[in-house]
Amino acid sequence: MSNWMEALKEEIPDHQIMTEIADRYSYSFDASFGEHLPDVAIQAKSKKEVVHIVKVANKYQIPIYPRGQGTCLSGGPLPVYGGIVLDLSQWPEKIDVSADDLTVKVSPSVLTARINEEAEKHGLMYAPDPSSAHVATIGGNLAENSGGPRGLKYGVTKDFVLGLELVTPEGEVIQTGGQTIKNVTGFDLTKLIVGSEGTLGVITEATLKLVPKPAGVQTIMVEFTDVQTAGKAISRTLTSGILPSKMEFMDQACIRAVENFKPSGLPIDAEAIVIIELDGHPEALKVETKLVEGIMQEIGASNVSIPATSEEATKIWQARKQVSPAIAKIKPTKVSEDATVPRSKIPEMMDRLHMIKEKYQVEVVVFGHAGDGNLHPNILCDKRDQEEMARVEQAVEEIFQAAIDLGGTLSGEHGIGTMKAPFMEHELGAVGLEMMKRIKDSWDPNGIMNPGKIFPEKGQKLVLRNE
Amino acid sequence: MSELQALQQKINYDKTFDCVQCGYCLPACPTYETMERETHSPRGRINLVKMVAEGKASVQDLEKPIEKCLGCMACTTVCPTNVQYGEILEGAKEVIEDHQIKSTSRKKIEDFLFGSFFPSGKWMNTLGNLTWFYQKTGIQALANKSRLTKLAPLHLDKFEQVIPQQPSPKERSKRAKRYKRKRPAHAKVAFFTGCVMDSVFFETNQNTIELLLRFGFEVVLPEQQTCCGALHAHSGKVNESVELAKRNIKAFEEEEIDYIVNNAGGCGARMVEYHHLFEEGTTWRERAEQFVSKVRDISEVLAEVDDLVFNKSVDRTITYQPSCHMTNVQKVKNPPLQLIKDVPGITLKELDRPDFCCGSAGIYNIVNYEDSMDVLDVKMKDVCGTNSESVITTNPGCLLQMKLGIEREGVTHTMDAVHLVDLLLEADPQQK
Repeated sequence: MSNWMEALKEEIPDHQIMTEIADRYSYSFDASFGEHLPDVAIQAKSKKEVVHIVKVANKYQIPIYPRGQGTCLSGGPLPVYGGIVLDLSQWPEKIDVSADDLTVKVSPSVLTARINEEAEKHGLMYAPDPSSAHVATIGGNLAENSGGPRGLKYGVTKDFVLGLELVTPEGEVIQTGGQTIKNVTGFDLTKLIVGSEGTLGVITEATLKLVPKPAGVQTIMVEFTDVQTAGKAISRTLTSGILPSKMEFMDQACIRAVENFKPSGLPIDAEAIVIIELDGHPEALKVETKLVEGIMQEIGASNVSIPATSEEATKIWQARKQVSPAIAKIKPTKVSEDATVPRSKIPEMMDRLHMIKEKYQVEVVVFGHAGDGNLHPNILCDKRDQEEMARVEQAVEEIFQAAIDLGGTLSGEHGIGTMKAPFMEHELGAVGLEMMKRIKDSWDPNGIMNPGKIFPEKGQKLVLRNE
Repeated sequence: MSELQALQQKINYDKTFDCVQCGYCLPACPTYETMERETHSPRGRINLVKMVAEGKASVQDLEKPIEKCLGCMACTTVCPTNVQYGEILEGAKEVIEDHQIKSTSRKKIEDFLFGSFFPSGKWMNTLGNLTWFYQKTGIQALANKSRLTKLAPLHLDKFEQVIPQQPSPKERSKRAKRYKRKRPAHAKVAFFTGCVMDSVFFETNQNTIELLLRFGFEVVLPEQQTCCGALHAHSGKVNESVELAKRNIKAFEEEEIDYIVNNAGGCGARMVEYHHLFEEGTTWRERAEQFVSKVRDISEVLAEVDDLVFNKSVDRTITYQPSCHMTNVQKVKNPPLQLIKDVPGITLKELDRPDFCCGSAGIYNIVNYEDSMDVLDVKMKDVCGTNSESVITTNPGCLLQMKLGIEREGVTHTMDAVHLVDLLLEADPQQK
């Protein structure tokens, strides 16, 4: 047995060290593409254990990849160069709400939805709501700076982080930020670490901000006969003094897929629908609902439905939730992108997506968080079909190009990981990327923390095919 | 066809591609929670099946993760892409059985159970008699005699403690095969007695017949019926399981009936999937589909009846532990709850996590005793938290397991486990 494995065993209980092939394969993947066999998967359940593991990895220069529940859509926890997958999901849950401070202290293993559950007991809310919140850990959310529908009004994960505890790639423990809303003491390392995809260290604790829980919500579903009008309607709403908590977009392909899969009463003739959720005081909601209805009618929406009961509203959101399984019925492999554009460019982006679909003859459906320009074009394909996957690779490249051309970005909320690394320089420029790399190199002199992510290898290309 | 291709077909390689590895199944999986690793999660298992099919891992590597799966199917209910986990699991079990790589102790246990305990060829009454015999002589003693316990601790004594007193073979043989009604019947039903139900819980089966009659059904008990085959299928014994299905299909074709009623969630789940055992376009497939269309859990047919009153108030606080197979495979969720709520005097305290398996899972609690108890301990925490006097279940395996859980928690003096049927009969239902 290698020296580093012996060194690990000095402080980590045997049952937390997994070396059998079945276990190693079980930590070889995430919810994106690719499968890479680690040498070992280790579970850490305390800060002390993390420090030990990272110190050993640094000493012996073994790559180490922090992992939550492996729901990442961009390859964040993939052990691309072998080494150690560090599973943090089994760390005992800690959620300490300080209601009077409107903050909460959490361990990295906590499921994101659990934070909101605990906050609600105090009339508070943890707003970031990635659709995987009931599965994903806050540690993973912090590493990837996850978003969600409510990002429109409340912001994404980074907007809710006040302070972090981090084990650096050299095994030292640092605290960043603090527990206050305002804090300008030194560099904002907190924001640097959030979204760094585990390349700067292992987050072992976070202090998060909470906000008052809105007293009520109101759903509105709006139908359009063309996508352009839907795009305009989104901008018009947001410039009329109304900030909905969610504005979700579904194109016709999505609507029809859902209706074929599980009839939910969505309008199959609409070119697009926008599902809006307003939140706030019930009296304010009444006024805002009227306003939105007026805006939609004026701009030429073909229909506006305002559910009268919360059951009806739930039905609409359930239909939205069916998108994922419904489109999986079209073809088994789903390449889910999250290229994001300035809000005014949504109609143009939709045109470009349509052209890409025609050009490469691939199945593309579009849904997403239109209110903040964060679209989810999904390409449905079959990864056993090598020829088709080659076309998909080209289509994905062109989607990234379109987003950048329109002043947008490669990724709104999924992260860069392995898949989007080849396009980084294109968006950031050579110097921009180089400055990031310098930060990375000075934090992690031995390059052990989650190598192969964010920064491309020389000549690296997008690959969705296995061989 | 190459060896790998043959393996791929048998192990349902194609179906593994429906899994997009989103991980939504993780919070629903009891063994992921108790065993704390991805290897023992649905997503991990599906990935391993794929790795085996691609020749990257061996069938041996797959054995433990598959053996440790409860088969509760909670993952299929939460899966956003409708992965056919049941088929993948059974395919994997079949391949493992083919490769004969099961450990000696596991094989011995299975031989014992399938050879002596569950009927592989005999009319199930024989089994009932056997249970009676075992109880008289001691199951554990019998296992000891076969020197099985030397190879694997079977903990059968634990189960023995909670098995109700059995009627003698003579009492069993007194049961009629046909119950006509004087008043016109709502429907004519054939009662599927089940083998564990009919042996270990014979009284509950008698109560089931009584209940069906009181609710206004005509009842027949086709004599040629046999074990549903669920336990065989769960152990990878596919051929035996198909054989049992055929015998049941045939047995129930001989009567003109509206429904085939059972009171065991696990058996019902097996029977509603009989058609999957036969290729499309074949006569057996057609016959199986006919059979499946008539299969109902007893709660489904009872809940449909609306001209009934309960005469007796049952003043008790109870909780309901749904059978996983009833929830996740038969998709029967509401009828039992509706019936419970109809009983006058009942206070129903629902569990925090009713969809979390109790750990019984067919023969899982016998062959994987320690793992099963870990799952049961999680369940019992929830059950005890309701401060209920009774736990209501709808499946013999769950019923035994809950009895075991009550014993383990040391609360036998304040809590018992009861089949839904027995509860309903206690409330003395009569037609209006």
